[in-house]
Amino acid sequence: MAWHKGRGFACINYPIGMNLGGDPSQALVHSTPDGKFMVSLSSIDLGQGMKSVTRQIAAEALGVPVADVYVDTADSDTGPHCMGSFASRGTHRVGNAVIRAAAEARKQMMDVAAEELEVNANDLDTDGQGSIHVKGAPSRKISVAETAIAAQFKHGKTLSGRGIFLIPPSDVDDETGEMTPVTTYTHAALIVELSVDDETGEVEVHEINSAYEVGRALNPKLVEQQLVGGAWMGVSHALYETTEPYYPDRRHGPVDFNTYLMPGAAEVVPHNIAVLERPAEDAPFGGKGPGEMCANPVLPAIANGIYQAVGVRIDTLPITPEKVLRGLQAQGGAQPKRR
Amino acid sequence: MAKTPVTFTLNGASKSVFVEQGGNLLDELRRNVGDLSPKYGCGQGTCGACTVIVDGQPQLSCLTLSETIDGCDVQTTSGLANGPDLHPLQQAFMEGFAAQCGYCTAGMLMAAKVLLDRNPSPSREEVAEAISGNLCRCTGYEPIIDAILSAASGNLRRSS
Amino acid sequence: MSSVEFRKDLFADERDDTLKEIGKPTIRQDILGHVTGRTPFYDDHAFEGLLHMRCVRSPHHHANIRRVDASAAERMEGVVRVVMPSDVPVNLNTLLHLIGFGKDDEPLLADKKATYIGEPVCAVIATSERIAREACDALKVDWEVLPHVLDVEEALKPDAPSVNPAYPNNTFDYGRFDHQKLRFGDVQEGFVQSDVIVEHMYQMSPIEQAPMETCGAIAAPETNDRIVCYTATQAMFFSLGNTAKVMNMPSSRLHFVGGTVGGGFGGKVDSIVDMMAVLGAKLTGRAVKFQWDRAEEMQVGAPRGAERWYIKDGLSKDGRILARQFTGFFDGGAYTRLSSYAVQKCVGHLPGPYTIPNVAANVYLVYTNRTPATAMRGFGVTGVDFALECHMDKDAEAVGMDPIEFRILNAYRDGDMKAHRREAKNTALVECCQVAAQKAGWSLSPAMMGESSKLGSTPERAAIPETAIDQEGLIGARRQGEIPTAPAVRSTGTRPAGQRTDARVAVAPQVADMQIDPDRVGHQTKVAPTAPMSAPSTTPAPMAAVASAPSIPATPSPQPAFAPATSSPPPVTPAATESARETPFQRGVNRPGLSPFLSGRRRR
Repeated sequence: MAWHKGRGFACINYPIGMNLGGDPSQALVHSTPDGKFMVSLSSIDLGQGMKSVTRQIAAEALGVPVADVYVDTADSDTGPHCMGSFASRGTHRVGNAVIRAAAEARKQMMDVAAEELEVNANDLDTDGQGSIHVKGAPSRKISVAETAIAAQFKHGKTLSGRGIFLIPPSDVDDETGEMTPVTTYTHAALIVELSVDDETGEVEVHEINSAYEVGRALNPKLVEQQLVGGAWMGVSHALYETTEPYYPDRRHGPVDFNTYLMPGAAEVVPHNIAVLERPAEDAPFGGKGPGEMCANPVLPAIANGIYQAVGVRIDTLPITPEKVLRGLQAQGGAQPKRR
Repeated sequence: MAKTPVTFTLNGASKSVFVEQGGNLLDELRRNVGDLSPKYGCGQGTCGACTVIVDGQPQLSCLTLSETIDGCDVQTTSGLANGPDLHPLQQAFMEGFAAQCGYCTAGMLMAAKVLLDRNPSPSREEVAEAISGNLCRCTGYEPIIDAILSAASGNLRRSS
Repeated sequence: MSSVEFRKDLFADERDDTLKEIGKPTIRQDILGHVTGRTPFYDDHAFEGLLHMRCVRSPHHHANIRRVDASAAERMEGVVRVVMPSDVPVNLNTLLHLIGFGKDDEPLLADKKATYIGEPVCAVIATSERIAREACDALKVDWEVLPHVLDVEEALKPDAPSVNPAYPNNTFDYGRFDHQKLRFGDVQEGFVQSDVIVEHMYQMSPIEQAPMETCGAIAAPETNDRIVCYTATQAMFFSLGNTAKVMNMPSSRLHFVGGTVGGGFGGKVDSIVDMMAVLGAKLTGRAVKFQWDRAEEMQVGAPRGAERWYIKDGLSKDGRILARQFTGFFDGGAYTRLSSYAVQKCVGHLPGPYTIPNVAANVYLVYTNRTPATAMRGFGVTGVDFALECHMDKDAEAVGMDPIEFRILNAYRDGDMKAHRREAKNTALVECCQVAAQKAGWSLSPAMMGESSKLGSTPERAAIPETAIDQEGLIGARRQGEIPTAPAVRSTGTRPAGQRTDARVAVAPQVADMQIDPDRVGHQTKVAPTAPMSAPSTTPAPMAAVASAPSIPATPSPQPAFAPATSSPPPVTPAATESARETPFQRGVNRPGLSPFLSGRRRR
């Protein structure tokens, strides 16, 4: 009776945005009297960081500091239409809508700044610190605040913008399945190191090493949050979770967290992540959505690791100790596989 | 339905309320007192989102009968900051990206505060143990554990 | 302890890393609210005299509702209103009617029959949650139990009970068929050419999203004859649109407030709680909360549905996958919700990130007498990726290859044709495999470390092959007699090689001012129109194609050998990608050339 070590590999890609398109999102941007910017959305922040990432996108596209931007989400009276936060569409669709809204507001800002500085708007640039200056002559400048005040109180102009982003809907051919599902994909590859107890069928995951390609890490800490938390969910899905433990039998369904199992704080798996960034052509600053794909490769990698450890293939989720034990019994004990 | 008078302190302030028989502390705090920081996650005592501190002990307010807190000292995350000054745990959770949706955060902070009040320099295992009754679906726990450890080390620096 | 590294060395030539705010670890905008307990979730809005609404639910998998006796419940002190199906203005809906997909198939409250354990049949609105619960227990429903079906393959049989009246064959309709087909090349021919066949079945049980905040909403009458709804929805206008339809109410009379949600993971798209709360507010004229308790969240709230997969691969001795065939069953439960969409998303994902010359799939959405399934993180993909990557491991073993090298060998590359007839671009699977192996100390051969996603496509790999098609599984045919569910059993025709329609790309900005300066987008792009865009035309302007057309050199890039004359713009090939670098992308550009793996120059 012993613990057997194994490691398993899996790699995946994941579609970004609602399948077949047809899922617009809109954004509105406007400046306050003193040149701070409000972004109005009806997109949902459910923890993934929608407010934070769109704030950075708006700041970058406007050319102002992130501290001067605030994002308001989801009042249907003020936030324009958005399909919602699902299908890894938030960053891609909403981000693009925010860029367009911010670009329009920036255009107005630069036009007013040009009038104030008596130069051509094309000769101006923002410094990202709250000022607009003549390219090559940083001292010839006007602050964003002064520009906004001049725009509204002197010129009678708004600094505001509208944005919408849409991938038009694609048909699906019923004979061949031909379609444009999405326009870009994230990628991941991952290796799980684990041990299997051949006496109890218990599986313990020791370490994960992974590479996730996310287009661009628009905020590296938000990406890290998704990848670490997502891989945790992958371990949880693989080894613990189901609402129907004896599917398709409906009985014994859990109704609380004593019976719906997930790994706890003491079962954290060290996870060494490499983030790759291959910008997608139509994505905001190249960034794709990392939030959904991160759990997916963990499930098969664990199953493959169990096979290497004890020679048992578990092809049904979740991989409970009972299933591992039955597999071990069927083949007369552990048969570790050497690579 | 008969109501029972109950007096307790909430984050240092005295509160006197009439509570429904059989009512729980979570509902009492949220609906009648107006402290919305403890959250309803399960009502079964299995998730920890409603954790508050009663007389220095972490307690699941959804399973605590309101009548039983008469004379008790109750602390919630609403009272964790000292005016505008954040508690080191709050600062550490912020800087450590230790929350995503934020729904479990208030309960986590309460569990963590009890730990640090008792043990200013806990080990990683002790931190995990202390928050083992608090579930988080977003973070995978590691950033939370790291944040609590970093708050603890900050405490040590301050006290030494 | 975990660690994160950013491999800025990879694909550096495609990125501008000198942006000011993008790429910075800026602290979350919402975090101060989270740590102070001040973040307002839907349930953190207080209303004087808030009422509580709960549902009476079916205890049976499948049963006719003969009679509902609400008299005892109505007499209970604190019960404000018993809500019956007849109180729902439009009591039949399907969530995706908003995008015109599928038939109305689900009542908000079941009126004729219940089709799963936990289906709501009526509701009670009371002054406290406790009274609402007690009144629900006091409601008497007279049931006539019906035969039920719980297994996806059983449900396809001619004698299986019919679950959902809108789809009497227990399958969703995809065009003319009872399943979504994917056909690329000829799998039967591919199997004939193969040296090794690997065939297995996989199963995923339902999984709960389990957000820490359960689904819920509070609705209340607002000024000006509107109803405000504080909601935990993941999709504001999705909820608003579905509620407007079910309530038969102009959307202008609904004011939805939310956007700050205690986790969703896909479980908060279904909008049921919003419809219920608004219905309650409308009927009582008071603030009403409808909130699932944790048990409801787990057993009544729609889970990630179960999936069953049969995968058959044909391989050559040297490790190339020559043919891959899928038969998949999504267990949708009793109603469609979003599973219809998941099936098509899944089919668009097949055969995974690999280039395989012959692919076929038949994927079914099957109705069974269980809790309807819906979205969850990885929707439509998690289950099949488990099956696929377990299968890839078996494939590698069958041909005696290292599992990672086997993936790299078969990985899709820029310019390859995918089974859904669109070119692969912006791929990075190979690099992910190489980096993950490196991190884990899993050694790969120098040849495999030298592979690149940008290289390796060939005219053959970029081509659409002649494709075997069939008419198997017309809607309703399966119930008239047992017919096999395997794909392409009888090929009855062919699609000519090269045949495809245009790919969809993003609609161009409405006006030129909405176009960000090309030198500020931070990455290589062909999206650089400077002239004002025309007003929206009937055919959406393919932005990238329009903009890039002039910049693609006249020299032909490697084309599919038999690309039809009517084909869309040339596939994005490595050559085309190189040429695209002529377009604006100047700031902070670092162009070290090809993959660092090629030069043997690796980080660390």
